[in-house]
Amino acid sequence: MADIFTKLSTYLQYPFVQYALIVGVLIALCSSLLGVTLVLKRFSFIGDGLSHVAFGAMAIAAVLKFTNDMPLILVITIISAVLLLRTGQNTKIKGDASLAMISVGALAIGYLLMNIFATSSNLSGDVCTTLFGSTSILTLSPEDVWLCIILSVLVIGVFIFFYNKIFCITFDENFALATGVRAKLYNLILAVVIAVIIVLAMNLVGSLLISALIIFPALSAMRVFNSFKSVTICSAVLSVICAVLGLLISIAFGTPVGSTIVAADIVLFFIFMLTGKLIGGQKQ
Amino acid sequence: MSQLVVKDLCLGYEGREILHNLNFEVNKGDYLCIVGENGSGKSTLMKTLLGLQHPVSGKIITDEGFSKKGIGYLPQQTVIQKDFPASVLEIVLSGCQNKCGIRPFYTKAEKQKAIKCIEKLELQKFTHRCYRKLSGGQQQRVLLARALCAAEDILLLDEPVAGLDPIVTGEMYSLIEKLNKSGLTVIMISHDIQAAIRYADKILHIGNNIFFGTKEEYLESSQADTLVKGGARNG
Repeated sequence: MADIFTKLSTYLQYPFVQYALIVGVLIALCSSLLGVTLVLKRFSFIGDGLSHVAFGAMAIAAVLKFTNDMPLILVITIISAVLLLRTGQNTKIKGDASLAMISVGALAIGYLLMNIFATSSNLSGDVCTTLFGSTSILTLSPEDVWLCIILSVLVIGVFIFFYNKIFCITFDENFALATGVRAKLYNLILAVVIAVIIVLAMNLVGSLLISALIIFPALSAMRVFNSFKSVTICSAVLSVICAVLGLLISIAFGTPVGSTIVAADIVLFFIFMLTGKLIGGQKQ
Repeated sequence: MSQLVVKDLCLGYEGREILHNLNFEVNKGDYLCIVGENGSGKSTLMKTLLGLQHPVSGKIITDEGFSKKGIGYLPQQTVIQKDFPASVLEIVLSGCQNKCGIRPFYTKAEKQKAIKCIEKLELQKFTHRCYRKLSGGQQQRVLLARALCAAEDILLLDEPVAGLDPIVTGEMYSLIEKLNKSGLTVIMISHDIQAAIRYADKILHIGNNIFFGTKEEYLESSQADTLVKGGARNG
């Protein structure tokens, strides 16, 4: 046991471990804040869907031989997010179906484009890294960390500023629209923020982890807490705890970072589910 | 004084017209009940009145000074709301959102208004309880309290008693009556023709033959025959 602690404290002195911790915590925090809304709006899979869209965009950028593919990826992902969250009464294809369509479609087109216009010899390796994180969380540069810090502060600021409005449009968009709340504008802001966070996180930690970070903390918190505010705060705290725990465990035991964080989230979810059942049984 | 005048309104969706040449007006303090068979376009009419949907043709003229910010709306419950983790206070307070504009947080006055609306609907003991753990009738009252927070002059109710048992239904109707007596205009969609006749003072019957007039005129009309007598037989 003491062995592990000495090992951890040595590792914690390395900048790449510190970077991983900072970025991990920030991404966990941002995605869990938005996760509550997304899960409640029945968009749990948006992390997965939008990262596939980003993958498709990346393929297009590669085909067009863009040197800096970030702007194109961001624009395409933001447009997809806006289209997906525009849940009108009269949309012919419902949220979950359109999400699945865009997700699978973008993945297929992206892979197809990469195959036809193959530039690299290790195609399946490329695809794999986009799904599980193109730059692993343990190989971040100081610029990545700064970008992440700036964007996270922005996301958290926007979330706090629009907190009451986000609640209003999540609980009942039609009521908001009917009583003169600018629900469409707030939906748009929400979509942009989600797209930004997903593109950022996909590059840093991979699409597998970002989906889990959106879904698990929110669902765990919902088992136990009863108000929107407490659920939001709890899911943020849970998400950060799991991210730190997962990172430390993966460093100490050499397990893959993303999967370890997700595993920690799963364990916590079951603990909260049981707690929720126990509390729920006694109440009222 | 008319709050709302509807002129030659045609309604529909996806290019298909379902209601033609609708004409009626609502005065301040009216209690208007919209009745009609399933699929006759009651909900579409309400959505059009609320501006959630564009009319095919025709006009909805509103009184000067009347804006969306004065509307209170009680929609039918959505699936999302059934397991939504939110306290009663949070939900009722969200009714004040339309007065906020870009301001991020609620003022003290708005919080007090929410508490007052909660008291009006006798929900005090549930203020900090979770919405999803309340009964159907209590949930409906919470949504009505939220509508009250938003409403300055008019309340639109979309089947407020759907899925409630008879006792709770009665309570709901008397609550709405009380609100109407206190000066709020009420426009209600209902399946319950007996209640419509008992509480409303004006009836709009939509379907193949449109009728608009006072309750007394309605009972004399031919449109009433199918629904009222059918309803009486069933009841």
